[in-house]
Amino acid sequence: MANSMNITLKVWRQAGPKAKGGFETYVVPEANPHMSFLELLDVLNEQLIKEGKEPVEFDHDCREGICGSCGVVIDGQAHGPQQRTACCQLHMRHYKDGDSIVIEPWRAEGFPIIKDLVVDRTSFDRIIAAGGYISANTGAAQDANSLPIAKADADLAMDFAACIGCGACVAACPNASASLFTAAKIAQLSLLPQGDPERKSRAIAMVDQMEQEGFGDCSNHTECEAVCPKGISVSAITKMRREYMKAVIG
Amino acid sequence: MSTVLDPKIPAGPLKDKWDTYKNGIKLVNPANKRKHTVLVVGTGLAGGSAAATLAELGYHVKSFCIQDSPRRAHSIAAQGGINAAKNYPNDGDTVWRLFYDTIKGGDYRSREANVHRLAQVSNNIIDQCVAQGVPFAREYGGLLDNRSFGGAQVSRTFYARGQTGQQLLLGAYQAMSRQIGKGNIEMFARQEMLDLVVVDGKARGIITRNLVTGEYERHFADAVLLCTGGYGNVYYLSTNAKNSNVAAAWRCHKRGAYFANPCFTQIHPTCIPVSGDYQSKLTLMSESLRNDGRVWVPKQVGDTRKPLDIPEDERDYYLERRYPSFGNLVPRDVASRNAKLATDEGRGVGETKLAVYLDFADSIKRLGRDVIEARYGNLFEMYERITGDDPYKMPMRIFPAVHYTMGGLWVDYELQSNVPGLFVLGEANFSDHGANRLGASALMQGLADGYFVIPYTLGNYIASNSFDKLTGLEAEFAEAEQSAKSRIEKVLSIKGTKTVTEYHRELGRIMWDEVGMSRTTDGLKKAINDITALREDFWQNVLVPGEPTTFNKNLEFALRVADFLELGELMARDALEREESCGGHFREEHQTPEGEARRDDDGFTHVSAWEFGENGHQLHKEKLDFDNVQLTTRSYK
Repeated sequence: MANSMNITLKVWRQAGPKAKGGFETYVVPEANPHMSFLELLDVLNEQLIKEGKEPVEFDHDCREGICGSCGVVIDGQAHGPQQRTACCQLHMRHYKDGDSIVIEPWRAEGFPIIKDLVVDRTSFDRIIAAGGYISANTGAAQDANSLPIAKADADLAMDFAACIGCGACVAACPNASASLFTAAKIAQLSLLPQGDPERKSRAIAMVDQMEQEGFGDCSNHTECEAVCPKGISVSAITKMRREYMKAVIG
Repeated sequence: MSTVLDPKIPAGPLKDKWDTYKNGIKLVNPANKRKHTVLVVGTGLAGGSAAATLAELGYHVKSFCIQDSPRRAHSIAAQGGINAAKNYPNDGDTVWRLFYDTIKGGDYRSREANVHRLAQVSNNIIDQCVAQGVPFAREYGGLLDNRSFGGAQVSRTFYARGQTGQQLLLGAYQAMSRQIGKGNIEMFARQEMLDLVVVDGKARGIITRNLVTGEYERHFADAVLLCTGGYGNVYYLSTNAKNSNVAAAWRCHKRGAYFANPCFTQIHPTCIPVSGDYQSKLTLMSESLRNDGRVWVPKQVGDTRKPLDIPEDERDYYLERRYPSFGNLVPRDVASRNAKLATDEGRGVGETKLAVYLDFADSIKRLGRDVIEARYGNLFEMYERITGDDPYKMPMRIFPAVHYTMGGLWVDYELQSNVPGLFVLGEANFSDHGANRLGASALMQGLADGYFVIPYTLGNYIASNSFDKLTGLEAEFAEAEQSAKSRIEKVLSIKGTKTVTEYHRELGRIMWDEVGMSRTTDGLKKAINDITALREDFWQNVLVPGEPTTFNKNLEFALRVADFLELGELMARDALEREESCGGHFREEHQTPEGEARRDDDGFTHVSAWEFGENGHQLHKEKLDFDNVQLTTRSYK
């Protein structure tokens, strides 16, 4: 193919959670600029299987940037060089023939490695289970329009609700903090009147759970916002702190 | 022997059926609910809402998903919205109208009673989701906003930007998470159901594989809820997520559950076209784009000029030409088929010639770029990210892609399959969309089934039956586990030369060519032969690397593709058997002189439910009675 590119990949390989990992170098001789980054990994894997080797494991599912399954560090950047783009939506036209790319898993105490580029993110689920919800049993709801919500608040809540739970914020943070993830949910629910009755218990429970999972504290590097594929603002973290303080003191 | 299936629809007038049913069911005492375990497989809108609701009621729930978290289920990718008959805009909507539009949109191949119930509970869904904190779009006065969607003349679609599925799923996920935190749901993520266990004729358990360690687990319960989505990935390229599969449903089918209308698949007209052989999936562009975009191809076969170099009078705006009253807004099945016709004639565009233009130039000229950007900005951005082209300057290239499957496991009015104790919810069942699904109805059905139908019907089943205590050591569990294990050992032992992806792609090509948008007797027969040959080759020559006892995605995919290789054949057979055209099922032999679909209501107003047998499939029928609506021919001319 006329546009074919020769790409060298240095990929983190690790057989299991306790195994010692290391980089392996592979060459994909016929990459195509229209390919997505994950399709490049697909091509590499087909190559490896044919050579009798084990394919590189990575999480992926929707490949439309919404499920949050995929996520790798590409040349030191979570999800790679294109802003507001999950790596499934990154395309090879951003690279050129002869490029070499380093691929690593998310690295954080809260995200133990399962195999190769796959990590365990169930810590995120436990943070939500600690309080990231509104207690409303099915069937008990009043008419949806009986509770008007100012459009500006609803829109801002939606900005925070857009989080896909991929974990890039943790991977990019020097402290491996899950503050942006946790704060996005606290901020969303605190903006809505339905979330009001549980706002104090929610803030305390979620922040405590985040700490228990081994994530670090926030020290305002704001790398999280820079890599977030949904562009979630760090103002969520300000909101979280305020909610937490109000809950603890008041 | 072929039998006529009984859907167990309650007697009485249509609008009273659901109340009549609820008034007559047996209830489970609150203190007894915790003694009953329910397995819920899948955590999309149907599974997530069911698990949360049943746990709230007090049942002991075990929930399973193949992804790393229940929040990843593919419901998350739905863009457009969710329908409800709230009539907030005061534009004439009613429960009846939502029911009628859905029945008509499905080309009269769905069950009246189920669809009416769906329309009735649609309003409760919106109330429930708002109470959970789902940030639906609102007006400046603080009330909920609605928009219009395909196949309806009212604005009844609630939405959360272009991420409605995500927000509804997160609502269900958070409700589930609350119950997980309280210990009412045991969550098993990265666990795949490999078989259904039937004891004394009732579904009593499942065999799962831990996808991290490869260990097998036996889970037993009083009922099994299958909420595992659709089977669009049988086509290899579809808008489904990569992990979406038919395996759990197919395993149930092989244990006795009937598979209904497998040939009813939805091919969505506005997707980003295939760009090369490496392509792993397709991306949908919301159908709302057709409100302002004009679809065209060059008049001349083999015209290779760039779109902007083709003068106006050498363009064929074929939808506007053929369907002057609906134009670019014809339903999905009609738009898709016409795109195929244009490319079949050699008038396709782009490098692959498998695309048509969707052009916004006129709208931009008329309304200004700002208006178009406000309406579709995020979609234009997504298009540019994937294709590298700027749709403000160049027409988009689009092509139809497999999007949704209306067929699925057969269920009765209670969402129970013909295997007692096996309930099937959401896209995994066949019940509500007939031969074509309307936009914004999939989310509605998933949540209706999980939040508002299953709590009643499951309770009735549990209260009406007695359950022997199980230990998981019964012979049925041992047999099911052994059969799953043997299958895995077999597929790993072949060590052939072709990869799983190569087989899957090959299957997809057969399905797309012969069981896709346009089907013929010869093509379907050829498909059956080709799939059979491909399946035999798979079990001789597939190359699956790695071990059974570690994280091994290729092994997971191999098992799923093996099931698709069986399902594909049944889809072709079902399509061959249905000698009519309806909705997404277009048989070239059955069309009007103008090339439109021609139904055969005398011969085919029924559900085709297929029973698996070692010596081949047996067809059973459920007659569809239309007591409340008149069957008409859909016309969009």
